[in-house]
Amino acid sequence: MASSDVARMPEKAVRPLGLAGHVGFDSLPDQLVNKSICQGFCFNILCIGETGIGKSTLMDTLFNTNFENFESSHFEPQVKLRAQTYDLQESNVRLRLTVVNTVGFGDQMNKQESYQPVVDYIDKQFESYLQEELKIKRSLHNYHDSRVHACLYFISPSGHSLKSLDLVTMKKLDSKVNIIPVIAKADTISKSELHKFKIKIMSELVSNGVQIYQFPLDDETVAKVNTTMNGLLPFAVVGSTEEVSVGNKMVKARQYPWGVVQVENESHCDFVKLREMLICVNMEDLREQTHTRHYELYRRCKLEEMGFQDTNPECKPVSLQQTYEAKRQEFLVELQKREDEMRQMFVQRVKEKESELKDAERELQSRFEQLKRLHADEKATLEDKRRNLDDDLSSFGKRRAAAQLLQAQSLTANGKKDKDRKK
Amino acid sequence: MGPHYIDLHKTAVQTQQKSLEGYVGFASLPNQVYRKSVKRGFEFTLMVVGESGLGKSTLINSLFLTDLYSLEYPGPSHRIKKTVQVEQSKVLIKEGGVQLLLTIVDTPGFGDAVDNSNCWQPIIDHIDSKFEDYLNSESRVNRRQMPDSRIHCCLYFIAPSGHGLKPLDIEFMKRLHEKVNVIPLIAKADTLTPEECQQFKKQIMREILEHKIKIYEFPETDDEEENKLVKKIKDKLPLAVVGSNTIIEVNSKRVRGRQYPWGVAEVENSDHCDFTILRDMLIRTHMQDLKDVTNNVHYENYRSRKLAAVTYTGPDNNRAAKGPLSTKHDTVEGMSPLAQMEEERRDHVTKMKKMEMEMEQVFEMKVKEKVQKLKDSEAELQRRHEQMKKNLEAQHRELEDKRRVFEDERSNWEANQRLEQQKMEASRTLEKNKKKGKIF
Repeated sequence: MASSDVARMPEKAVRPLGLAGHVGFDSLPDQLVNKSICQGFCFNILCIGETGIGKSTLMDTLFNTNFENFESSHFEPQVKLRAQTYDLQESNVRLRLTVVNTVGFGDQMNKQESYQPVVDYIDKQFESYLQEELKIKRSLHNYHDSRVHACLYFISPSGHSLKSLDLVTMKKLDSKVNIIPVIAKADTISKSELHKFKIKIMSELVSNGVQIYQFPLDDETVAKVNTTMNGLLPFAVVGSTEEVSVGNKMVKARQYPWGVVQVENESHCDFVKLREMLICVNMEDLREQTHTRHYELYRRCKLEEMGFQDTNPECKPVSLQQTYEAKRQEFLVELQKREDEMRQMFVQRVKEKESELKDAERELQSRFEQLKRLHADEKATLEDKRRNLDDDLSSFGKRRAAAQLLQAQSLTANGKKDKDRKK
Repeated sequence: MGPHYIDLHKTAVQTQQKSLEGYVGFASLPNQVYRKSVKRGFEFTLMVVGESGLGKSTLINSLFLTDLYSLEYPGPSHRIKKTVQVEQSKVLIKEGGVQLLLTIVDTPGFGDAVDNSNCWQPIIDHIDSKFEDYLNSESRVNRRQMPDSRIHCCLYFIAPSGHGLKPLDIEFMKRLHEKVNVIPLIAKADTLTPEECQQFKKQIMREILEHKIKIYEFPETDDEEENKLVKKIKDKLPLAVVGSNTIIEVNSKRVRGRQYPWGVAEVENSDHCDFTILRDMLIRTHMQDLKDVTNNVHYENYRSRKLAAVTYTGPDNNRAAKGPLSTKHDTVEGMSPLAQMEEERRDHVTKMKKMEMEMEQVFEMKVKEKVQKLKDSEAELQRRHEQMKKNLEAQHRELEDKRRVFEDERSNWEANQRLEQQKMEASRTLEKNKKKGKIF
């Protein structure tokens, strides 16, 4: 579609203008917001943590509802992920929340491949979105975005340091998802231990090059609170859906013989901070980061893997369509080659088999010849024997005949003699 | 800007409804969105099309209460054009903390020539080239900023003849209604009396319906109040507008208007013209929707047409050569070209497997035949050999028997002969002895 027929003046620079009155486009953000409220919001959260560490309880506490959870056993042979989607509503805002929990994480004896199902799940969601984006007829505005927007990584409250499984897993995930590490079951750590623990964790993350999610500082309205919160990472949380009466209020808490740990008490744990940061202040940013950073990275790698580039080997810009065409050509050539190869293979086999059979035939023929010769020899021997017998027979016959003659002669001679004597 | 939101009415994911038992906090999401959008800033591209002298530049200035077109930057009408041009002016305006990058696209020369056939072509080309730019930047492997310079709205100025649409009007709208949001306006509406205006509007709408022109439609909302307002606006379409660059004092109020000997036509007076409706609709309530419709409908149409055309019918010579492989995939809806190639690959694998099986079958059969023949030959050979052996053996035995018989006979006769000989010897000696004995 050439626009070369149109004589276009060179692009003028953007110039700022003053307004002589109220135009009204300051309602644009409101228009956008109204539309989004109409359509509803979507958020996907992934919880990774060992069995029994409190993932489901924390989710229930965070979202003030009872998600159907079932306790998993410690004997899962492999790490699995379980995703469930819920429709929630708070005042006029509808949220489609998908909670993904790991099942059996950290239970196996060999945990080397534990991170793989998680990576695969995250990639699958990216892939699904990418496929939709690449379709010829697509409906992105209707598409249910299942990409993981936030990943809560539950750290065991050992009080010492991160486990190597934690480091390995987070390292594999940090370029794919926004990781928010939390210290689970924080009611088992004292304040001073907690402080040391947090410092240790953060330094280990830094020294291992793990990039966790940083609350954004670019917006002045929230930069200050985000900066403070960034310094308090990782949040130490306690979850509870049970209510205990404290003072004259019922609060979410855990009752111990020595006291009551109040979930929403900021001096007891960082739950409120987590809720504030994750949901109230930065939810939208988490989604934006997932889309503009993590997804783009995935997409870029995937396209490059498939052979797409922005510039061809001569460094001229190549459009997607050209690449598609080139790929299709390659593809068809490959298919043809495979077909030819297969045919070739068959021709080869036929030839081989033919020569095999020919050899067998020849062998048979030579055997046949051999047997013939054998027979001929035997026959000859037999003939000799027969001739011998005949010879013997004839010579014997001759002897007998001669002897008989002799006998006959001698008898007549003797008879004559006797006759002569008798006279 | 990504698809942050999903229309909860339309998706087919299995979900459960859950009620909240207390404060969660995601009700602040709209605020977060608000904040981020203000930070990002907004863009809007508006195209104005109409014959020269219809007051387009004046209207723009009035709409945005600014001197977009001034002595320094004159509007299109002030420049003499021989052919239709497409020109852009980009301005940055701020209000209430919200920043808007406004691009006004002019089409000077439109409808001004004697022969106006195809004068819409440069405009269509421009719109398509913007779509193409966006498609290319969206399709890049390395995507950075994707500046949106697509045309979000096209204001089409109808000359206030009072009678009906001109052939050029109809032709233009018909060609562009599926590429851009078209909003027809009656220009210089202060030359029509309210009754004339009413008639004119009815006539225009009739003609628009008759020619099946799809002008921009206001979306239905969930809100009853809003829907009532939308209905009121719909009854007034197309909007009749008046623009002005001058401020006049009327009843000690400073208003924009046009001063006539008989009075002042006020731009922002809804009894005088529909300017305020246009401004409110275009800027204050539906600007975002215009962008969304451009993105979700017009751009997607362009994209699917473009991709379908290039990927599957481009290499036409290929199609001829690979007849059986590509005829199955004429419908390209709902799949990405890569997915289609994957499917083609799978089909090919199945086809190859089948072919392989068939070839294998034929091969096996032929081999079996040959081998069987060979076996038969061998068996035959064996049989003959056996037979001949038996034969020879029989002959052998027969010969042996004969010989034995003969030998027996001979040895018997020889024994007899010896006996006879002995007898004869004995008798001869007796004879001899007798002869000798006769003497006594």
